[in-house]
Amino acid sequence: MAEAAKLQVSDEIAISIQKMNKWYGTFHVLRDIDLTVHRGERIVICGPSGSGKSTLIRCINALEEHQKGSIEVDGTLLSSDLKNIDKIRSEVGMCFQHFNLFPHLTILENCTLAPIWVRKTPKKEAEEIAMHFLEKVKIPDQADKYPGQLSGGQQQRVAIARSLCMRPRIMLFDEPTSALDPEMIKEVLDTMIELAEEGMTMLCVTHEMGFARQVANRVIFMDQGQIVEQNEPEAFFNNPQSPRTQLFLSQILGH
Amino acid sequence: MSTLSDPPKGSFRLSMLLNDTRYRSMTLQVIAAIILVSALGYLYSNLATNLREAGLNISFGFLGSSAGYDINQTLIDYNSQSTNLRAAFVGILNTLLVAFMACITATILGVFAGVLRLSNNWLVRKLMSFYVEIFRNIPVLIWIIIIFTIMTAVMPGPREFRGDEPTASMFMDLFAFTNRGVYTPAPYFTRGFGGGEGSALNWLLALAVLVASFFGARFMTKRANVVQEATGIRPNTLWTNLAIWLLPITVFCLILGLAWDIPVLKGFNFGGGIKIGGPLIALWLALSVYTGAFIAENVRAGIQAVSQGQTEAAAALGIRPRRVMSLVVLPQALRVIIPPLISQYLNITKNSSLAIVVGYADITATLGGITLNQTGRAIECVLLLMLFYLVISLTISTAMNVYNSSMKLKER
Ligand SMILES: Nc1ncnc2c1ncn2[C@@H]1O[C@H](COP(=O)(O)OP(=O)(O)OP(=O)(O)O)[C@@H](O)[C@H]1O
Ligand SMILES: [Mg+2]
Repeated sequence: MAEAAKLQVSDEIAISIQKMNKWYGTFHVLRDIDLTVHRGERIVICGPSGSGKSTLIRCINALEEHQKGSIEVDGTLLSSDLKNIDKIRSEVGMCFQHFNLFPHLTILENCTLAPIWVRKTPKKEAEEIAMHFLEKVKIPDQADKYPGQLSGGQQQRVAIARSLCMRPRIMLFDEPTSALDPEMIKEVLDTMIELAEEGMTMLCVTHEMGFARQVANRVIFMDQGQIVEQNEPEAFFNNPQSPRTQLFLSQILGH
Repeated sequence: MSTLSDPPKGSFRLSMLLNDTRYRSMTLQVIAAIILVSALGYLYSNLATNLREAGLNISFGFLGSSAGYDINQTLIDYNSQSTNLRAAFVGILNTLLVAFMACITATILGVFAGVLRLSNNWLVRKLMSFYVEIFRNIPVLIWIIIIFTIMTAVMPGPREFRGDEPTASMFMDLFAFTNRGVYTPAPYFTRGFGGGEGSALNWLLALAVLVASFFGARFMTKRANVVQEATGIRPNTLWTNLAIWLLPITVFCLILGLAWDIPVLKGFNFGGGIKIGGPLIALWLALSVYTGAFIAENVRAGIQAVSQGQTEAAAALGIRPRRVMSLVVLPQALRVIIPPLISQYLNITKNSSLAIVVGYADITATLGGITLNQTGRAIECVLLLMLFYLVISLTISTAMNVYNSSMKLKER
């Protein structure tokens, strides 16, 4: 199955990052990041805490701004131009570690808010789309509840559905399962695997190595703001090149 | 083994009244009630005995007799022949007037200062912190006195507007700022109903027109929602709303012949127009800036209580910052802002009783001041005062609580 999925990767470039640098004040968080993601590719990013993984993927949809180098998403250059930012955000969905559902809105309203106000979709249609994706993540029966009434795993699946309602071509995940209890991790990962099988371009920060082996085309290891190593999952896990990668893998796989 | 929820098995011991969770709170409440009732009973019998010994009785007859004093700022007709009851009403209306005005300006000030305290601009942020710290850390009584003193010391007296070479002049020939207060033009209708100027009917009609506009605007908003739900595109309501608010009232004023009575210098003082007395202005400003500083803190806390993640999630969905504010941040922030806002409004109402230091005739100054001193009916006056503040405060908090529960987050 993993083989079949890998065939879907096309030559078309979805994200192209060149010589990208970012500072927080004087702190150099990201150093000379070069990364090209093809359409349909699924990339897992891992690395020790504070290595800049979140910062990297948050730069891609302009939640953080970079100071040097370029980021291009689907041919749109990310600049301070609001139009470009809008365009990129409408093509890139994102899921956060802490779900960030809107607690004052029902599940259905969470899913229809952006389609209604950004895509100008008629309410009825937006609700139909929302129900479609809620069915996909297997919680259509929770549509009228509020986020606080759902379990963590359910909330994260709603967050995925909420992003999908905007019909993104690329999905970013920032440690989507690390705030979840073990028994809920699987249901979220299953949803993500399904998404991968449909050919969604995905960038996922995660330490779920099983997930990486199963769906990633490429695993990227970051440390101290740099991409230290990247490779296909098998090679990455079985034969890591750099000592830093070896140390990291021994730590997270060791116990 | 018995569990907590098992019914007591026959043997009820007296110590269980205090040690058993099932009886404990009931026991304590009964004890508290007994203490409260006996204390109140003691106080009442004490009061009744003392009053009897002093030959006094509680009677509200004095309310019907002539007050015998003048009040400089009144919203209803009043002269020294009017009854004490009418003087009390003048006071009530004055209290409500200054409290209402201060609530509005304090809210506006507070929202501005609170939002700007979170600004990215260093200078603006620091200025707002300065405002908040300086005003909420000095007692409101001092602020009332400071503002009143500055006004009476700095503003020109009416006589300085007189003569061939006046040292003071009216602002745009419409407003006169004097040390006795501000004189502004007074609107009246030349072709009004009820036989002439100032009739209350005209103002009620004007109010009715505005209320109609309000419902018209609400209707347009609802229609905009319906259109948006059906087509996805929200019609621009700005111009229709402006028209709905402005056109009817303009036409109304034209038909009834709205005119302005402009204050002019007559003898030693200004005549015509409306006089807003210095005490009212000082009290209003002091209450506004003082309470505004507290509200600013509430607003800031409310906005900060909405986590950064909410804004980020909305931004990542492509929602523009202005919509993020109105659709995501504000609905959540209001839940945090409204409850303390209720107590700020209550504070304004109660602090308005400080009016007495600048001689503003609020209810405490009329009923609780001159009337009390002249009639000697201390108990009756104080009872009425307490009743008044209690009713007003309860009304405000009930109204705000209703609003609050309509905003409340369902089921967290
Ligand atoms: N707003 C900020 N201001 C200053 N420094 C920041 C800010 N956000 C992150 N950093 C720093 O940047 C570095 C990278 O942070 P980032 O959140 O990208 O790490 P991460 O790889 O996602 O780590 P984790 O696995 O803990 O999530 C960290 O050292 C962090 O302290
Ligand atoms: Mg992170």
